[in-house]
Parts: sequence; C-alpha cells; structure tokens
Amino acid sequence: MGKEHAGEYSIIGKPIPRVDAKLKVTGQAKYAADIEVANMLWGCVKRSPHAHARILNIDTSKAERLPGVKAVITGKDFNGFTWGWSQPTRDEEPLAVKKVRYLYEGVAAVAAVDEDTAQEACDLIEVEYEPLPGVFTPFEAMKEGAPLVHENRPGNITVEYHWNFGDVEKAFAGSYLVREDTFQTPRMAKGYIEPPATVAYWPETDRLVFQGAKGSPYFPYRILSRCFNLPLSNVRIITPFIGCDFGGTKNDMTNGDFSAVMLAKKAGRPVKIVASQFDALTTDLRRHPMWVTIRTGVTKDGKITAIHTKIVSDGGAYTRMSPLTHFLTGICMGMPYHLPNFKHDVTCYFTNNPSSAAMRGHGIYHTTFARECQMDMIADELGIDRVEIRHRNIIKNPEPGTIYETINGAHIATAGTEECLTKVAEAVKWEERKKKERVKGSKAYGMGFATGTYLSGTQLSAHNACAGIVRVCEDGSVNYLTGATDVGMGSDTIGCALVAEVLGIALDDVDIKRVDTAFTPADPGSYGSRVTVLAGEAAINAAEDAKRQLREFAAKKLGAMEDEIVFKNRQVFVKSNHARSISWERLVRMACYDAPGRVIIGRGHSKRATDLHTLADFSTGKGDIGTNYSFTAQAAEVEVDVETGVVRCTDNSVIAHDCGFPLNTQAVETQVLGGSYHQGVAAALYEEFKMDKGLTLNPNFVDYKRPRAYEAPMTEVLHVITNDPFGPFGAKEASEGSTCSAPPAIINAIHDATGVWIKDLPAEPEKVYWALKEKREKEQKKEKQ
Amino acid sequence: MKDDDLKELRFSVNGRPYELKVKPKTLLLDVLRKELKLTGTRTGCEVSACGACTVNLDGMAVRACSVLALQANGREVVTIEGVADGEKLHPIQEAMVAHGAIECGFCTSGMVMSARALLLENPKPTREDIRKAIQGNLCADSGYAKYIEAIEIAAEKIQGGE
Repeated sequence: MGKEHAGEYSIIGKPIPRVDAKLKVTGQAKYAADIEVANMLWGCVKRSPHAHARILNIDTSKAERLPGVKAVITGKDFNGFTWGWSQPTRDEEPLAVKKVRYLYEGVAAVAAVDEDTAQEACDLIEVEYEPLPGVFTPFEAMKEGAPLVHENRPGNITVEYHWNFGDVEKAFAGSYLVREDTFQTPRMAKGYIEPPATVAYWPETDRLVFQGAKGSPYFPYRILSRCFNLPLSNVRIITPFIGCDFGGTKNDMTNGDFSAVMLAKKAGRPVKIVASQFDALTTDLRRHPMWVTIRTGVTKDGKITAIHTKIVSDGGAYTRMSPLTHFLTGICMGMPYHLPNFKHDVTCYFTNNPSSAAMRGHGIYHTTFARECQMDMIADELGIDRVEIRHRNIIKNPEPGTIYETINGAHIATAGTEECLTKVAEAVKWEERKKKERVKGSKAYGMGFATGTYLSGTQLSAHNACAGIVRVCEDGSVNYLTGATDVGMGSDTIGCALVAEVLGIALDDVDIKRVDTAFTPADPGSYGSRVTVLAGEAAINAAEDAKRQLREFAAKKLGAMEDEIVFKNRQVFVKSNHARSISWERLVRMACYDAPGRVIIGRGHSKRATDLHTLADFSTGKGDIGTNYSFTAQAAEVEVDVETGVVRCTDNSVIAHDCGFPLNTQAVETQVLGGSYHQGVAAALYEEFKMDKGLTLNPNFVDYKRPRAYEAPMTEVLHVITNDPFGPFGAKEASEGSTCSAPPAIINAIHDATGVWIKDLPAEPEKVYWALKEKREKEQKKEKQ
Repeated sequence: MKDDDLKELRFSVNGRPYELKVKPKTLLLDVLRKELKLTGTRTGCEVSACGACTVNLDGMAVRACSVLALQANGREVVTIEGVADGEKLHPIQEAMVAHGAIECGFCTSGMVMSARALLLENPKPTREDIRKAIQGNLCADSGYAKYIEAIEIAAEKIQGGE
C-alpha cells in the first residue's frame, strides 16, 4: 500500500485550520439571512393548502390594497416559464399556475415593507381550488388508472433504467445460494439548520443581483438568465456563507428564489425572502424513499456470482434530480466487491409528496444499505465470518500502473477497502470479540461491519467547466478565485492550501473570494464529491501558471535556468545553489514593477472532469461517473435495551477511510465523524418524515428526531493512504462513501446483538421492540413444540 | 394593553447599555438581529429545538427565539459578538478553531454560547456535563465529537490560568 508522503509538503497532508473558522467562531460570517440592502422589502410566499388541486382563480386585489404592500405576483407573471434539472425534464413552474402537485407548493408571493405586512397580505390572497385525488406512495402511483401527477406522464413514471451486464439468470442457476431480500430507506430531511434565504435586486433594469444560500450558484445563474431573458453577463449570483447543504434544495431553486427576483423587478426595490424551518421541512427537497429488492447469488465459499437489484422509488411531485439519483443507485454496484454479473431495474414514480432529490451518498446510499445487510445474512447462512466474506469479495488494490475495470466499465486505479477492513476488524478486536456473550442483563451488545464506496469528482455530460484564477498582488498576497462553493465541508481551505503549496507561500498569504459570477469562473458547484478533486486540480493548474510567469522572471534575475528555480517557504532559490535566492515578496514586487504593465494572473482548469474517462451512459449504465473512487470500511458497536428496544451507538466504533491522500487530515476526520458516521447514526436510528396523504406530520426539529450531543459516539477515524493517480496530490473524495456504510453497519450490529433484522430504516425503539417480541414468541413456540 | 403598544426596554448587550422601545410580543432574537444588527445569533428553527440562537442572559444559556425581549429588561445579554476580547479569541473559540470542530459554522455561535455558560457555572465539567450543556444545540455536520473535545481543551486552558 502507498506510503505517507506528507513530509514532502509544507502545508497539505497535515491538520490545516480552516480559513473561515475565525469568522464563524466570532459570529462575523454572513449567511444569506444576515444580508441587508438599502431600501429592502420583505417577501413572503403564498402556499397551497392542497396536495393536488387545480387552481381555478387567484384574486390578489385585497392584498394589493393593504398599506405597505409594494408588489404582488402569481405564477402568470413568469409567462409560462418552466425549469428543471435538464432540458427534457423542465416540468416545474416558479409558482404553480394551473395545478398544485404537493402540499404548500407556492402559488403567489408578496413584497411589503416588513415581514408581518407581507405575511398578512399573503393571507388576503384568495385562491379558488378544485381539489383532485392524489397519489401518495409509488405503489398507488403505479396502479392502472391512478390519478396522474403530470397529465403528459402516463403511469406516473419519473424515470426508469434497465441495465444488464453479463447473464444474471445463468449465474443464479449455477450459484450455491441465491437470496432475495427487500430493504426500505425512508424519506429524510436534508437536515441543514440554516433555512434557505435569498436577497434579490436589480441595480439597473437589465442587471440582476442574487445573493442566496446556493451550493451550486451557477445553476441559478443559468436558470435566472433564461427565466428573465438576460445575458449571462448581466446575472450576478453572489454566495454568502452557507449553513450546510447535503445536496438538493441549495443546489437548486425554490419558489422563494424565483419570487424574490420577480418581486424585486416589479417593486423596483430589493426583496429578501427567508424561509422558516417549517417551510424548509415541508417544501424543501428530501431523500428519496426507496424499496430495494436485492437478489444475490454466491458460491459455497461466499463469492458473489451475480446481483439483480429491483428498486421502486418515490420521486415526489417534480422530476428535479431524479434521473441522476436513480442512475447512481446502480452505477457503483461493481465496487468495492468483484461483481461478475449485474442486472439493475429501477423505477421512480411521481407522487403528490414534496419532491425528492440528491442527498449525501446520493443514490448509492440505498443500494449499499441493502447489499451490506444482505451480505451479513448470506455470511450467516453459509457459516462464514462476516468480515471474512467481505475479504473474499473485495477488489484488491490495483498494482501501480494498472487499472481494475468493473463490470459496467468504471475504472479504479486505487482501492484501499481491503486495508480499511483489516484495520477496523483489528481495532475492535473482532476475532476475540465475536466469541463473547452478547447479552448482559437487559442490554445486548453487538458489532456490525460494512464497506462503502463513492464516486469522487463527478463527471457529467454538461456544464463541466471548472477553472481557477490565481491573482498575485504586488505585495506578495494572492487572491484565489473559484466558482466552487464551500457549503461547510472545507473546500475553501483546501483550495487555498493547494495554491499556497504550489507557490511555496503561507496559507495566510492566500485569500479566497467567495463565488460572485461577475468575477469567478463557472463551476458546477458542490455536489457529487467533486470540489476537492476537480476544483482542486484547477487551483493547482492556475497556481502553476502564475508560478511559470514568476519563474521566468526569477530565472533572469538569479541568472539560472528556469527549471532550476524552486519556490518554497516564501523563498525563491536556485536548486543547485540555495544561496542564490530572493524572497517571494521581493520577487513579486520586482516582477510587477520592473516589467511595466505586467500583471501576474494564473489560470487553470480541470481537464480530468472531461477528458479522463468516457462519460457514463445513463441508458446502459456503462462508463465512469467518478474521476476516482473512495473506499471505506467501518465497525460499529451498538447497545440494545432488550426491554425497550432503544438502540445506542457506543464509542467503540471505528471508520477506516481511503480518500487517496488526506490533504487536510483534520477536515477529513471531522467530515467522516460528523458528515458520515453521525449522519449514519441519524439515518439508522432516528430520521424519517412521517407522512399522511402528502402532509408532513413532523415538520420541526422537536418531532423530527435527530441525535444530539449526548447520543454522539466518539468514533475513531483511521486514514488509509493509496495516492490515487487521478486526484490532486493523490486525493479522492472524503466521507460520502462512509455516509453509505454507516447505516448498514449499525443495522448489522443490532442483528449481531439480538438476532433481529430491521430491514426498513430507521430502527426506532418501537420497531426494535416489536421485532424482539416477535422473536421471543417464535422461540417460545419452538420450545413448546 | 394592545399588541402594538410600545414598551420600554433597558438592558445591556455585550457590556453596552441600550434603551429601546419594543412591542410586548417581540422576541429577544428579533431585537438582537434586526434592531441591534447582531446577526451572529442565528435563526434556525424558531421553536427552541436547534439552539442556533443561544445567547447568555445573566450568564445563563437561553434560546433567544423563546425569550421575549422584555424578559431581558434590566439584565445582561452576551451574544457571540461579545465573547472575544477584541481580536483575542476566548479560549472556547480558540479551541474550536484549533481542534477543527467547525464545519459550516451555522450552529457554532450557539455552541460557543452554551459552552461559555457552562464554564461560567462549572469550570471543571466532566464529558457528560459538556454533552448535557450542548444537548440543545443541533449540529448537522460535525458529529459533536470535536466540539465536545474542544470544550474540554478550553476548560483545561482556563483552569491553567492562561
């Protein structure tokens, strides 16, 4: 396995304090809701009380007459504009015009002098509806003659894929054991504490400024350009600090975003709309609920011969990112295990629920849960140790200079899963541990294992432009401009660190400009674990370009060949004679002053996003979605109260993570601890939206349960270093893969402790209680017989 | 009394005295964010569940979304803006930065304020005391572990008299 090479570097490969931490810890960081603009109005969205209804009439006259109201709009103001994730899926209006398709969908909006007036005016808008019967589960939606969510979409099908690699039926016929199980993943909130907020204004009639919590600001840039018929040059999206995203709503647009822009245009004044947490939890995008049926064939010694997955999914009211989500459910099934035959049938249905979309571990999360739980079931049935069966199937780390190709044509240059699994099993002393008694009094203790993988540096067919600009100021300080957005994961720090490392200067010398589409280069934004790998590559290339310009000048001044010039620790010197040197600051000043008119600006872009692999084909499932792939193995211990069914994750849990090379060890650890293990605990034990005919029954953080500090396990994180040839300084994504492996590890641990299987997440106390009771009763029956 | 009748509010925020006129129904959170422009106190859930708006009222950690502004009358409020000593960070802040606790930062103000109130009352907290003190502060992405450890580091540092 690759060795640590952190010693070669001045900045990366160590704990790097975040460049924005001081602003955040002192409260100075400005999030979207903190922005105020002179002469600003407050906006409010009028929402539908029906989950499915035709809009017959909207009367805004009373609202318009209310003193303090400055503008009122309805969907009609947008002149039939529709939008969506891709051109063929533009099925959503900024505000619903003819029909509402989910509860609380926006139908009108108001701008007024203060929040209370805006709210009061919304209440004065009279909307006449004709309620329609709805569909609220994919199983209702697929029925013949079911009400249609979109009249032009027969069968309520949002998207479907049917892929076939090898011959699964033949492989099943020749298998020693074939097992079929169905698992269910629930509808989940994204869980950000910061509700979306937007401030929009028109400094001139044909120029728009939009400041909002957007993790992919170049999405609104393009969508608003089309919506308001503006050239892109006149659309200015500025991102403030963002209080988490996790995919979905903050990548995308909301009723409030469009409304703020249209109201600002109509009122001729800036408009701010801040969503409440209630708005966020009732109307923002959620994780897709999926029913995953997985059929797996194995040989007698536990080697996988074939997998056939069949998935039914609830996409909610609009298509949004569902084509990508469902593509992702199958695209990484060929890892981290060798898979010789694979069939994938997945169908997503429209329902009258709020729309579903991307969420951490996007798509892969669901199938990893099913595969990893079933792996334990198979191991038990065959009498093979649960760690051992995984080892028998793991794709070995390819020798340097070789590539492993999965059955669907994904290319893996490095895979540290084997080392990860060995390390976690050793860390929790599995060999001794597995022989021990599970039950102690009213508590049962169990250990569960799971592996995970995730794509890193997503490659998609459109909008892949990703560049960086490095502007060297005459005093030696540097501005780094990127279109990539830090939604909390720490990519701003990584970008600055990469620029500083390449230029041989200090981290403090580099200042990052947050996204402003008027100045920063286009970038797809924060999704698919792409920023560090791709924007990182662009940052390195931009810094190299600036360095090349300075090197040329230094070579002349120091009387040496250009390739002899070294930049390190704020010094620039000749490799063969360190005494011939000049300070960074002096070199920069001379370069800027001695050569009149010279400005040092480096530019670079990511080539790997577009040129490295053949892009994946959604219809066949073949090809690469990632630039490279991260791997994880984890062990999680649970304590189950066998009387009450309450499950607690203990501190005895370990995650080993192969992110290629951890550029910032501290950030990787925090991400893996919080962004994946803790979120995994939440998904496994707590989180689920309870629904009743389109109504979210728990739209607040009191009733929507999430783990708190007293339930937070102090997990150990182990780094496995593989130095991937396709990542910046060997890096791959960190922590989305481990988001996927955490829930199955916990469910497997519950099974190890008690012998019961919870196949539908989350394992709430009540569910565990009934499962334990059922098991006890079955055992008692057996004893009587 | 009508809802709109203005009442006098005299209190101190971050050591500075203020005299304002507020409606009785006005929340402390709105006075801090909208009137005094102290936006470091975040609006998260508005139902006392997330703790992003935690401030210290006479040294106690309270949720500013669930305290009426008039309840602060005659009392001392400290917000996140009043924790550092000028440019010098408070040990709690310093530890959170150095230990890598902070991710998106939206819950951070509340975490600092809960930790500050804890250490004022109990300078030698156990790990369980710390977990209890920040149990009302939801964080979506840190997993709490590094916040807990950072507060332990800060407590030790304050004990050491630095």
